[in-house]
Amino acid sequence: MRIPLSWIREYTQFPASGTAEDLMAELVQVGLEEEDVHRPTDELSGPIVVGEVLEKIPEPQSNGKTINWCQVRVVPEGAAQTLTHEGIDPSGIQGVVCGAHNFEVGDKVVVTLPGAVLPGDFRIAARKTYGHVSAGMIASVRELGIGEDHDGILVLSRLGLDPEPGTDAMELLGLYDSAAEINVTPDRGYAFSLRGIAREYSHATGTPFIDPAAQISTTKDDDAARPGHEVSLTDDTPIYGVQGCSRFVTHKVTGIDPTAPTPPWMAARLRLAGMRTISIAVDVSNYVMLELGQPNHCYDAAKLDGGIEVRRAGVGEQLTTLDEKVRTLDAEDLVIADQSGPIGIAGVMGGARTEVDSTTSAVIVEAAHFDPISVSRSKRRHKLPSEASKRFERGVDPLLPPLAAQRVVDLLVQLAGGTDSREVTDAGAAALPQPIRLDPALPERLTGVAYTQEQISSTLGAIGAEVGQEGEQLLVTPPSWRPDLTIPAALVEEIARLVGYDKIPSRLPVPPAGRGLTTAQQRRRGVYAGMAAAGFTEVLSYPFYSEAANTRFGQAEDTGKPMPMLRLANPIASQHPALRTTVLPGLLEALRRNVSRGFTDVALFESGSVFHPKAQLGSPSIPELGAYPGEEVLAGLDAGIPDQPLHIAAALSGAETAELPGVPGRRRDWADAVDAAQKVADLLRVRLEVVQGQHQAFHPGRTAELRFNGARIGHAGELHPKVIEELDLPARTSVMELDLSVLIEGSPEQISAEPISTFPPTTQDVSLIVAQELPAAELEATLVEGAGELLESIELFDVYAGEHIEAGHKSLAFGLRFRAEDRTLTAEEASAARAGSVALAQQRHGAVQR
Amino acid sequence: MSTPETPHPLDESAIDHAVQQAVDAFAAAGDLEELKAARLAHTGDKAPLVLANRAIGSLDKTEKAAAGKLLGGARGKMQKALAARTQVLEVEHAERILLEETVDVTAAPRRRPLGARHPLSVLQERVSDVFIAMGWEIAEGPEVESEWFNFDALNIAPDHPSREMQDTFFVEPPEAHLVLRTHTSPVQIRSLLNRELPVYVLCPGKTFRTDELDATHTPVFHQFEGLAVDKGLTMADLKGTLEHFARQMFGPDAAIRLRPSYFPFTEPSAELDVWHAHAKGGPRWVEWGGCGMMNPAVLRAAGVDPEEYTGFAFGMGIERTLMFRNGVPDMRDMIEGDIRFSQHFGMEV
Repeated sequence: MRIPLSWIREYTQFPASGTAEDLMAELVQVGLEEEDVHRPTDELSGPIVVGEVLEKIPEPQSNGKTINWCQVRVVPEGAAQTLTHEGIDPSGIQGVVCGAHNFEVGDKVVVTLPGAVLPGDFRIAARKTYGHVSAGMIASVRELGIGEDHDGILVLSRLGLDPEPGTDAMELLGLYDSAAEINVTPDRGYAFSLRGIAREYSHATGTPFIDPAAQISTTKDDDAARPGHEVSLTDDTPIYGVQGCSRFVTHKVTGIDPTAPTPPWMAARLRLAGMRTISIAVDVSNYVMLELGQPNHCYDAAKLDGGIEVRRAGVGEQLTTLDEKVRTLDAEDLVIADQSGPIGIAGVMGGARTEVDSTTSAVIVEAAHFDPISVSRSKRRHKLPSEASKRFERGVDPLLPPLAAQRVVDLLVQLAGGTDSREVTDAGAAALPQPIRLDPALPERLTGVAYTQEQISSTLGAIGAEVGQEGEQLLVTPPSWRPDLTIPAALVEEIARLVGYDKIPSRLPVPPAGRGLTTAQQRRRGVYAGMAAAGFTEVLSYPFYSEAANTRFGQAEDTGKPMPMLRLANPIASQHPALRTTVLPGLLEALRRNVSRGFTDVALFESGSVFHPKAQLGSPSIPELGAYPGEEVLAGLDAGIPDQPLHIAAALSGAETAELPGVPGRRRDWADAVDAAQKVADLLRVRLEVVQGQHQAFHPGRTAELRFNGARIGHAGELHPKVIEELDLPARTSVMELDLSVLIEGSPEQISAEPISTFPPTTQDVSLIVAQELPAAELEATLVEGAGELLESIELFDVYAGEHIEAGHKSLAFGLRFRAEDRTLTAEEASAARAGSVALAQQRHGAVQR
Repeated sequence: MSTPETPHPLDESAIDHAVQQAVDAFAAAGDLEELKAARLAHTGDKAPLVLANRAIGSLDKTEKAAAGKLLGGARGKMQKALAARTQVLEVEHAERILLEETVDVTAAPRRRPLGARHPLSVLQERVSDVFIAMGWEIAEGPEVESEWFNFDALNIAPDHPSREMQDTFFVEPPEAHLVLRTHTSPVQIRSLLNRELPVYVLCPGKTFRTDELDATHTPVFHQFEGLAVDKGLTMADLKGTLEHFARQMFGPDAAIRLRPSYFPFTEPSAELDVWHAHAKGGPRWVEWGGCGMMNPAVLRAAGVDPEEYTGFAFGMGIERTLMFRNGVPDMRDMIEGDIRFSQHFGMEV
C-alpha cells in the first residue's frame, strides 16, 4: 500500500516537513512494515514552469518531419524573468523547438527550462537544433514521468487549468508530493486504505485522527433517499454456509460529463498510490477505494438491462471482463448480473459491456460486501488479482458501502458536473464482528507485561472496539473494520502493539535438562565431518530432476518396470518435474560446473533425502482447521507420507594429488569410489559388503554393489563411458551412493572395547592361484574363516595374471598377521592357522598354492 | 710410502718415533676412510710396532718384561689417539650426512587435500548447538509433507491469503494432499504430537517455495524454527531466548527488536530484527525472521490445552543468516556447488 503524504496529512497531524521515511518509521512500530519510497523529485527537478505559447511556426525539414519553432512566455505578462541559469532568457520569453503538434498558440503548456532534470537523468540545456537555439522543452506527460501518453504535449486547459505563466508547474501537478510504501499483512485489510493507515498513524504517535468516513453525509438537505435500482441477492450454494453477498448498495448519479478532466491533485495522488488515471469515473472510483478501503464500481446506467441480480454463475455462462478477456464462469463464481447475463465477477473485476465510456451520462455506483473466501476462489480460478479482490479477501468494513457510494457520487457531482439522483438501494445486511470475552489476566499471561486495566481499556478503545464488562471478563466488540479480531489472543496483540513491543521484558526460560543430539544426529555429523576431512567437499543441490535422470541413476533396474517416483504438479521447470530418487544427478551437475570453471581435480559429496512413493500416497481428505484430529486420523496421514530415506553420494574426478617435480600424482579411479563408501561405513563402525555388481549408469566391469546385512544399499565404481561423454564429465569419473539411513540405523549405539594383546605378532604370506572370476573379497573372506581366531588382520598385497599362471586364472597374494591374546605364538601355531586358511580356500574355490 | 723399518723392541726412541708417526697419521686423516687406512698402516699386521711386538718373543727372558712394558705403553698412546680421532670424524660424518639431506621445505606438496563442509550445513549445526546448550532438542520431519501438517494444523485456512504468502510445490496427484513443506513448522506440530510436555525443540531443515533462483531467492532453502510449549511461557521468554541466541550468532553487542506482524500460527506475532554491529556498510537493523506466541488453535490441533499451556515459536532462514552474518553477496553461490565457495569456509563458518 502506497501512502501519498499530502493525503495522510488530511486525516492526521503528520507534519508538513515529514518525509516518507519519517512516516514509515512511525508505522513500523505498529506493525506496518516499510517497503519503499516513491518520490518524483528524486528523478525530477525544476525549473519547470507554466508557459504560454505566443508563436508557433511550422518548419518542414529535409528529413520529411515538420518541427515547430515556438516562442513561449514563461513569466506573467509584463513581468521580468527572475530565474537565472545559462539559457534562460531575461526577457521571460524562450525560443523552443518542438516536434509535437497537438497544441496551439495561446495554449498554456509546461516548459522545462534550462537547468531542469527529467526522469532518466535527462538534463535540459539550451542547444542548437534545426537551425535554432532551443532553450528548453515543451513537455509531454511521459517526459515528466506522470503518464504514458508520449506523443502529446500536456496542454493545461485540458486538465481544466488556466494558471498564470511562470507558475511552478511541479507544484501545480503535485510533483513535490511523495509516497511511503508499506507492506500490509494478510490480516489487516483495513490498512489498504488511507483511512486505516491514518488510524494506525494515530496509534503509533498518539495524535488525533480524522475519520474520512465520518465526513460523508448520506442525508442531503432533507432530500431523503428514494428507492434505487432493483437489486436481488441470492445464493443457493453458499461456501461454508456464508452468503456470497451480504450487502449491496447502488446509488445513481445523473448527467455527468464522462470526459471531464481528472483534477491534477487527484491524478497526482492516484499516481503516487500506484494507479493510472483513466477517466473521471474510474479515477473517482479508485480514489474512494484508496481513501476508505471500499472497492466500488461504476456502471453506465443506460447499459444495464433491468434489475441487478447477485448470484452464483450458471454453468457455461461467459463474461467479457474489463481487460477484454472472455471468461467462462464456474458455478462457484459469484457474479453480478442484469437481465442479459453476468456483468461482473463479484469483488474481482467488472464486465466490459456495462463499462462507463465517453458517452455515459448516468452512472449506477455499486458498493457491496462480498464473502472473502468466495472472492479469493474466483480470483485464483481466473488468475485475476485486482485491487478489489485484494481488499475483499482480507475483509472490508461492512458499514462502508452506503458511505463509499455516496462519496463516489459526491465527487462525480463535484468534478464531473453530475447530479445526485437520491436513488439509493441498500440490499442485505452484513454481519458485524462478534463480541469477544477477554480474561483481563490474559494479556499478561501471553506477554509478560502487567498492563493496567486502564491500558487495556484505552488501547482497545483506541482501535475502535467497544469494551464492556461481563462479570470478571471484559466483553470486547471489535470495530466493524476489524473482522480479523476473533479470539482473545488477537486482542492481546492489539494491546501489546499499541503499548509497544519494546515494553516487553526479556527473560531466558529454563527447559528441563535435555538429552543433547540423538545418536543418529551425532552419527550424521561424524560422517559428514569425516568425509570432508577425507578430501570431499560438500554440495547442496536441488532435488528436482527429469524423470530420465532418476531412471538412469536411481536403483539398478532389475524389474524392467519404470522406476516409481514422485512428481510435482507445479515444477519450476517443466523438464524437471520429478523428485529425486538418487542424489547423483545433482552431484554430477555440480561436478560438471566445477570442471567448466577450470577445476578438474574434484571430490564432492552430498547427503540429502530422496523420495519414494508408497502404495498409499497421501490421504484423500485432510482434517479440519484448528482441531485435534485424533490418533487414528493422524496415523492415516502419516501412512500416506512417502518414504524419504537419507542418502549420501560422492563423485570424484581427476587427480587426488597433482603431479609435482619428483612427486608422481595419483589419479582417482573406481577404487576411490569404493573407498569413499567404505569410509562412510568405517565412520559408522559398520561393515559394508562389496560385491561385483551391475548398474545401468556404471562401467559394466567396474561396478561394486554395496550391501549391508545382505541387502543392497547402493553402488560404487566408475561411470559408464557413455554417461561420462553425455554429461560432459572428465574421463574415469567415479561415484558412489548409498542409503545412509540404513547404515546409521545399523551403527552400534555403544561400542564395547576389545582387549589389546601386547604379545608380538607373527606374519605369514600366502599366494593362491584361483579362477579369474573369483572376487578377491570372497577369497579373503574364506581365508579369514579358515584361519580361525588367531588371525588378527589380512591384507591383499598382490594381484597377478600372465606368465606362469594358467590362462583364466590369477594369483592373489595376502599378508596374514596372527596374534594371540595370552602368549607369544610359535611359528608352528601360525603355520597351522595359515594352513587352515589355505585348506578352506582349496576346498571352497579350488585354490592352488603358488 | 716406504715401509718403515721395524724398531727394536728395546729401542725406546725408535718406538717413540713410530708412535709419533702413528699419532701424526691419525691426526692427518681427514675422514673415516683415511683414518681406516692410517689405522691399518699403524696397527695392522705389517705395522712397525706390531712387528716389534712380535720380535719380543726372540728376546732374552730378562729383556722381555721391559720390552713388553715399553711396547704396551706405546700401543696405549696410539689407541687413545685413534679413538679420539675416530670420535671427531664420526661426528663430522653424521653432520655432513644431515647437511646433504637438506631439502627445500617450501616445495612440500599437499597430499590428500582437505575437503570442506557446506557453510549452510555448518551454520545449521552451530545454531543447533546453541539451543542444545540451553537444554533444547533437535527435531526433524519429512520434506514431502501432508497439507494438514504444513497448513491446516498451523491455522492456515485453505482460502486465506496467508496460504498464498507461501508459494507451494504440490505433489501429484493433488487429491493426495501432499506438498513439499514450505517451512519447518510442520515439525513443530509433529514434535507436540510425539513428545511429552513441556517441549523445547529446534527444527532445522530444508524447505521449498516456488521462487525462481536469483541473487536473493532460491526454491530450495533452509530454515530453523524454535518451539517452546510449557506452563507460564510469555513473550518475555521468547525475547530472552532470541536475545541470547542473537548474541551467540553475532557477538556480545548484538541486540534484537520485535515489531508487530502477522502469522496465522502465532498470536501475538512479531517480526524479528537483529542489530548487526558488523554489517557491511555499517551497523544496522537487519530483518531476521518471524516469531510470536503459539496461536491457541495450533495448540489445540496438536492436542495441547491452551488454557493450561502457552508457547512461543520463531523461525529464520539459514541462507539469509549466512548472507548477512558472513557477507555472502549472492544466493546462487550457495547452491551451485563451486568448490571454492565451501573450501573458503573449510570446516567452520
